[in-house]
Amino acid sequence: MEFKDYYKILGVERTATADDIKGAYRKLARKYHPDVSKESGAEARFKEIGEAYKVLHDPEKRAAYDQLGARWQPGQEFTPPPDWGAGFEFTRGTVSPEEAVEFSDFFSSLFGQFGRHAQSAQAPGEDHHAKIFIELEDAYTGATRGITLRAPQLDAQGRVVLRERTLNVQIPKGLREGQLIRLAGQGAAGIGGAAPGDLYLEVHFAPHSLYRVEGRDVFLTLPLAPWEAALGATVNTPTPTGAVEVKIPPGSQSGRKLRLKSRGIPGQPAGDLYLVLEVVLPPADTESAQRIYHTMARELAFNPRQALGV
Amino acid sequence: MDREQELLTGNVIGDEAVLSIEELARACSAEARWVIELVGVGLLEPQGTEASRWRFRAADLICARRVARLQRDFGATVDAAAVMIDLLDEIEQLRACLKRVGLDVDEGPRWSV
Repeated sequence: MEFKDYYKILGVERTATADDIKGAYRKLARKYHPDVSKESGAEARFKEIGEAYKVLHDPEKRAAYDQLGARWQPGQEFTPPPDWGAGFEFTRGTVSPEEAVEFSDFFSSLFGQFGRHAQSAQAPGEDHHAKIFIELEDAYTGATRGITLRAPQLDAQGRVVLRERTLNVQIPKGLREGQLIRLAGQGAAGIGGAAPGDLYLEVHFAPHSLYRVEGRDVFLTLPLAPWEAALGATVNTPTPTGAVEVKIPPGSQSGRKLRLKSRGIPGQPAGDLYLVLEVVLPPADTESAQRIYHTMARELAFNPRQALGV
Repeated sequence: MDREQELLTGNVIGDEAVLSIEELARACSAEARWVIELVGVGLLEPQGTEASRWRFRAADLICARRVARLQRDFGATVDAAAVMIDLLDEIEQLRACLKRVGLDVDEGPRWSV
């Protein structure tokens, strides 16, 4: 694993005061917090910032980290020295399993020792949370998805180590964005024989190249030739369950919506599929195409700007 | 590496109010009285009249976890977090609006004058 320079991550000097560190953290949090930021990669960056702050704002952890700091360079291959932590007593607990999932291996190797004081008591395991990205098509048909989670576990020495585990999860038909799948007993293990926590999966749709989803309804932009829109036509359109034929009414303009009832996300009630019509002009790149456009210009008394008064 | 091949079937939580106050609090690693505070400022809107019979929806849990993060990471009070959530929701709606008319903020306008 790589050595991390927490001072550099927060952009403060090694001599920074506790207030400097707090100020730097708050400023970066405003910029990169995944709840308020739309910067790409904000989530990964914020984890790093949160981790740096977790260490540097705690005087005990900071002092211990400073002892290491002199000996390592950022990015350098790192293993905790054998004397690590000697002479320090981490009174304030160390790191919760929830945090261990978010933080780096570097952090866990330094601070990932569980306070085992709670061992005698019984306590149910914590609930865990993860996001799951499914394909829109999965919501139409149902599916089985393998998801890989990093979950903290205790090794023989009582250190927190992150283990990857893969779960096979049933994606029920009719699932929608913003719903949760609750998997009972798949959270953290309970202490002292108490029940394990649950795992909540927050459902999101992976971005789709054709469809846009709003709640139960699905939207597709359907391109049309000018004559199809003007004269009416029967055309093929894709839907998430396969191609179908639709009737385009004559005189359709761009932006008109055709509703295919109950072809949105299935359920009680099922959503609708909306086809948003978009008239596309054929290019005038051949002589005969130009001739047709010239004929239209001549023959059709058409002023698209009439409503503008010009 | 241990791979579990067993197929897991969970409960889907959506718009139906099913989560109790204890379940919601536990899922946020928080206390029941924090949940009561969130209901008090109108961030969460459970069904049921008394706290012991409150039932929450998926959106409530997602919102509550967001509030917990905003409080933890910015030191926000519940009231400040409520304002942040309102504004963030509004931004999200406006972005969805832009997307609907083809002005995706991430891609920039499709045309220029």
